[in-house]
Amino acid sequence: MAARKVPDLPNVSKDDLLKYYREMLLIRRFEEKAGQLYGMGLIGGFCHLYIGQEAVVVGLEAAAEEGDKRITSYRDHGHMLACGMDPKGVMAELTGREGGYSRGKGGSMHMFSKEKHFYGGHGIVGAQVPLGAGLAFADKYKGNGRVTFTYFGDGAANQGQVYETYNMAELWDLPVVFVIENNQYAMGTSVKRSTKSPSLWQRGAAYGIEGEAVDGMDVLAVKEAGERAVAYCRAGKGPYILEVMTYRYRGHSMSDPAKYRSREEVQKMREERDAIEHVRDLLMQGGHATDEDLKAIDKEIKAIVNEAAEFAKDSPEPDPAELWTDIYADAAPQTA
Amino acid sequence: MATEILMPALSPTMEEGTLAKWLVKEGDTVTSGMILAEIETDKATMEFEAVDEGTIGKLLVAEGTSGVKVNTAIALLLAEGEDASAEAPKAAEAAAPKADAPKPEAKVTSAVETPPHPARAADTTPDWPEGTKMKTMTVREALREAMAEEMERDETVFLMGEEVGEYQGAYKISQGLLDQFGAKRVIDTPITEHGFAGIAVGAAFGGLRPIVEFMTFNFAMQAIDHIINSAAKTLYMSGGQMGAPMVFRGPNGAAARVGAQHSQDYAAWYAMVPGLKVVMPYSAADAKGLMKTAIRDPNPVIFLENEILYGRSFDVPVLEDFTIPFGKAKIWREGTDVTIVSFGIGVAHSLEAADKLAKEGISAEVIDLRTLRPLDYDTVLTSVMKTNRCVTVEEGWPVGSIGNHLSATIMERAFDYLDAPVINCTGKDVPMPYAANLEKLAILTSDEVVAAVKKVTYR
Repeated sequence: MAARKVPDLPNVSKDDLLKYYREMLLIRRFEEKAGQLYGMGLIGGFCHLYIGQEAVVVGLEAAAEEGDKRITSYRDHGHMLACGMDPKGVMAELTGREGGYSRGKGGSMHMFSKEKHFYGGHGIVGAQVPLGAGLAFADKYKGNGRVTFTYFGDGAANQGQVYETYNMAELWDLPVVFVIENNQYAMGTSVKRSTKSPSLWQRGAAYGIEGEAVDGMDVLAVKEAGERAVAYCRAGKGPYILEVMTYRYRGHSMSDPAKYRSREEVQKMREERDAIEHVRDLLMQGGHATDEDLKAIDKEIKAIVNEAAEFAKDSPEPDPAELWTDIYADAAPQTA
Repeated sequence: MATEILMPALSPTMEEGTLAKWLVKEGDTVTSGMILAEIETDKATMEFEAVDEGTIGKLLVAEGTSGVKVNTAIALLLAEGEDASAEAPKAAEAAAPKADAPKPEAKVTSAVETPPHPARAADTTPDWPEGTKMKTMTVREALREAMAEEMERDETVFLMGEEVGEYQGAYKISQGLLDQFGAKRVIDTPITEHGFAGIAVGAAFGGLRPIVEFMTFNFAMQAIDHIINSAAKTLYMSGGQMGAPMVFRGPNGAAARVGAQHSQDYAAWYAMVPGLKVVMPYSAADAKGLMKTAIRDPNPVIFLENEILYGRSFDVPVLEDFTIPFGKAKIWREGTDVTIVSFGIGVAHSLEAADKLAKEGISAEVIDLRTLRPLDYDTVLTSVMKTNRCVTVEEGWPVGSIGNHLSATIMERAFDYLDAPVINCTGKDVPMPYAANLEKLAILTSDEVVAAVKKVTYR
């Protein structure tokens, strides 16, 4: 731990720091628990954990206002927790139970919350990018001043539809923040093995889109950049790109042995750049919290996560009749 | 109480694995995220991390052990102040969800429970009241009028596509709409089907009602991921929270001499997908009434038009608010000897064939499905039970066609009424050739329908 750089004490309130700490810790503990439940066979199929990237969503949610929208890929648990969705409902969706956000019909990769303006949870790499621009299109059409955060990874950044979307988003001045979560690996392919572009955000320049790169392991830097991006979009200037440099500690999915990088590389990031430890240092050094205070928060978070896990285990599987519901939004015959 | 560390499942299909190596020993303190062991699954060697913190009290499975079942206790983790000796390992709790207990059978209709006959009496109510004033109109005008009326009616409806605005539509379906509704609601896009289809689906998630025009449905293949994965499935995946009320429309099927990539009928492709509604009108009245219904429908609707039909004229009722419901077939011509079932331009071939057959004394009933999803099985079955013979007619390829599906349905539900096997008249099983003579051979003709009818009527 000694190798971690000592942060300058920024101009941030104790309450905000504690809030970020709590939110990031919730995501991490939640994901660890999800990994455990996966190991026990309670969660099936694909499960993509967000561990390591927590500062990205927590920082950007701190820059969002009520009514702003968000949409992301299949690595979506962190986004849902950060925008205030109930950990119980998220975990129960992971276990495929009735108490899940999609009543068990979506799973890890497909969850939504109209109430929290969370539009999924999309499993096709890059597909959420035009969808997010479309949400922004609807907001601009209605003139409601809302902004959409459209998250995608460094892997998705090579999909053609991303650039089709950049073109139209700028052409039509859509209020969308494109957030590239660059965790450096698209499944097993590192960024340098997939592109010679020096940076991903600069590709926006070809379409006239402004943007910047941000240190994604520093929640305060993410929040600041997020505020710039949101202000830009809300002012009607069009889209903005944030390339948030982050790192995932776990494999691409639960079944990824992650042989494409060394254990040392992961360990180094954890020890030197961990986003949660960073805020912990700020809290301690600023005299905002004692070790004891933080232990109490840890305990509180653990309780929330355990409660979510218990709920997700106890919630019944969906009624068999659910197989045939929600195919159509009206009273039409549900199938041919 | 000590926590049991269980053998984890590390892939969607893993049931057992090899505990290849312990990376901790008894007495070690561990924190969450620390790697405890290497485990070989059926596919790879995986690192297994600690979730909880504590002290390793006991390693219960020696390294090198193979065939360790998922959820077997492999180690004991002690909390602060606990003693390993005090804790006898318990049998691992079964991880299977409680709800895995015998479940009641789903109360749903499955194939084997399909009713043998029409589920309901066929809906034979007229599409408009008797005595309604009619006017002659092309399919093109009817589509334009339907969109204009619905855009008047609902501000959230907008039209988006290539050349729909300033150019007035590649096939002039959107003629005048830009002037009438302005650039906010009639939106010219760059040539970027995948992208603008995705944007339109997102706009529908966001509360608008987009009409997406594909210059032709051939180009919608670039966008088919959004049509199916994003538009058709989201309502289901979200447990009913949000969906995509919208229309994807444009010309579909063969035009004339435009070659393989521009001449394909997608009816069967889209009709296969739960979550989509699929419309394929023949007449101008149906084009208008069904388009209005499509725009109001709270689901994604595929609206398959036909370039050759755009310029054909039909009588259209002059009514304040004229709509045609989905799932109601139209009987164009009543008959007693054979049922011809078709949709879209296939109806033109079928009616032509029926005329020819009448001259030879064969009375054909011609049914226009109008919508393929939902599909009006009742009207088809009622007719087949009357005529005892059926020929299906469509432009698309034969394999996995709508005709195949109808044949199967008729066989399952009206087998005893059939006096001959059902014949599917389709386009030929080839990419569309360019040469005039070859194209003519590839496309379905009314003569082929006549021949099929003669075969099923043993004439």
